[in-house]
Amino acid sequence: MKSLGQYGKYGGCYVSELLVPVLTEVEEAFLKYKDDEEFKKEFSSLLSEFAGRQTPITELKKFSSEWGCKVVLKREDLLHGGSHKTNNVIGQALLAIRMGKKELIAETGAGQHGVATAMAGALFGLPVKIFMGTKDIERQFLNVQRMKIFGAEVISIEAGSKSLKDSINEALRYWTANSKNTYYVFGTIAGPHPFPSLVAHFQQIIGEEAREQCLKKYNKLPHTICACVGGGSNAIGTFRAFLNDKDVKLVGVEPAGEGIETNKHGAALCKGKPGALHGSYSYCLQDKDGQINEAHSISAGLDYPGVGPEHSQLKDSGRVKYVAVTDDDAMDAFLLLTRKEGIIPALESSHALSAAKEIASSLNKEDILLVTLSGRGDKDLGPAIKYLEQHGKI
Amino acid sequence: MEKSNSYLQARKKKGKSLFIPFVVLGDPNKNSSLEIVKTLIENGANALELGFPFSDPPADGPVIQAADMRALESGICTDDCFDLLKDIRKTTDIPIGLLIYYNLILQRGVDRFYKDCSDAGVNSVLIADLPLEHAQEVVPIAKKHGIAPVFIISELSSDERIKNVAEMSDGYLYVVSYLGVTGVKESVLEGKIKDTIDRARKYTNLPLCVGFGINSAQQAQVAVKAGADGVIVGSRIIKEVPNTKKIAQICEELRLAIG
Repeated sequence: MKSLGQYGKYGGCYVSELLVPVLTEVEEAFLKYKDDEEFKKEFSSLLSEFAGRQTPITELKKFSSEWGCKVVLKREDLLHGGSHKTNNVIGQALLAIRMGKKELIAETGAGQHGVATAMAGALFGLPVKIFMGTKDIERQFLNVQRMKIFGAEVISIEAGSKSLKDSINEALRYWTANSKNTYYVFGTIAGPHPFPSLVAHFQQIIGEEAREQCLKKYNKLPHTICACVGGGSNAIGTFRAFLNDKDVKLVGVEPAGEGIETNKHGAALCKGKPGALHGSYSYCLQDKDGQINEAHSISAGLDYPGVGPEHSQLKDSGRVKYVAVTDDDAMDAFLLLTRKEGIIPALESSHALSAAKEIASSLNKEDILLVTLSGRGDKDLGPAIKYLEQHGKI
Repeated sequence: MEKSNSYLQARKKKGKSLFIPFVVLGDPNKNSSLEIVKTLIENGANALELGFPFSDPPADGPVIQAADMRALESGICTDDCFDLLKDIRKTTDIPIGLLIYYNLILQRGVDRFYKDCSDAGVNSVLIADLPLEHAQEVVPIAKKHGIAPVFIISELSSDERIKNVAEMSDGYLYVVSYLGVTGVKESVLEGKIKDTIDRARKYTNLPLCVGFGINSAQQAQVAVKAGADGVIVGSRIIKEVPNTKKIAQICEELRLAIG
């Protein structure tokens, strides 16, 4: 390998020796094509003509007047497939084709990454296997149907917590045995090198666009930017373009589940400590021996005990502030955006929105508060309605 | 550096391939686990390969993952694993190797972990998720405490990589039998193992022990025919936990097949 993809002391390639050859192959392909003109052209035209980039920014009139600052959404929910995941999947599928791989596999939690991969499989004529925990299959039923209609095989995982971390274990296991012909489309900026840097590369367009759009429309940069963090790819995709804008405050929002003081949350950065999980050294939820704890969040896409190594570095350096939002607060924000602004946000993105509401009180009227709306909430309607009815909110 | 390589000595002494059963420490609980390991020793084990249970073991198949879960659910912790190792060492002088995931070592502290291994009479440690690229994080410390660092090679390893792995390793080299779906023909299996073993032999005198997917006496025999100095069998034995009678019977079959 050319490097170990390290972000300070975080990152690395902590995998079985058996995965090193294929990860080396992926790294080689990534380094060869990321700046290749023909590759960039194909990627960019697929993003605009197939996926619908660029996505707009939307100023929320009612929120702005009530919260006392300009509240602006970056609309990844409008991307084809329903979330930012499409950016990364198209990039990786183009790499897989150039590497001569014959099959795509992916893990999925909320199902958005699974849907995006299934969609890419249909588009490029590659068979797809999606590994998904049975708990997630239940709560993201609609997305499972979407994967199947695209022709993907959905493999249900009974092991462990039956959610994202276990589907990653199973996908890694399958890849170890089938790496010659199979490409693993990793869904987030976690995992072994080169995935954290590769996925971030394909997602950084979110922030690049948003930065340009803010300058064009408002002639200034946002005061503060909020994005939700599970593995952390939409947040890194947003933050990267602003890291050198020292005055722009960056806030990553983790799931506090039933409360950060309980053991039912998924706040790896706020409450975890560094360890080696799924191939990289990064903050994760674990016990004193290093056994990985199960995460908990109402949002399947944030239900993960680890986080991308780049976030760990950004936390330690202080460049990004990480906070956590409970299931209850996220659901309030979900309903608020739906009822007041006519947009159904994904439960993941609702966490970012809830944190933004808190932060808004300290901003001035002219300050821009940018929130990345990583995905749309259509997939969440089942569990969302159940929750809202149980809590007497609708 | 281990002054004398216990695996090499065992191989020379036996004059034939070593039978190396693998089980998970604490599976299904602390007491039964000790009985199971004693059963392995009494039924012909020439060395032991013992796993520390881990919550997220992507390098292992479903049978070993289930064993990990049983052990963890019974409340086994890292300290318990070392207690067990000390008890095991009291009953035998055959080589003891560990298979473990890196986070358990990191959280204990690398130096403390290898010191504990040394105190418990462990001979070698293979870290399932630590490839050559990260080997320097542990190898000097392992050698300082007299623990042999073991690494993996497979049909996918280039000659250059095998050479580098061999230079970094001590104790033995873990040769992965084959990759891909199960049910491969035995003649194909033999060819694949033989190719990796022949290539590795050019670079090392360490024993070459074959494991990963050896599920029957026939497959064990194939590994021996392909030139393995040792045959590591895990899932086939772990499937029978906690039935010590059945485990004894499986060990007998494997021992006879290996020679």
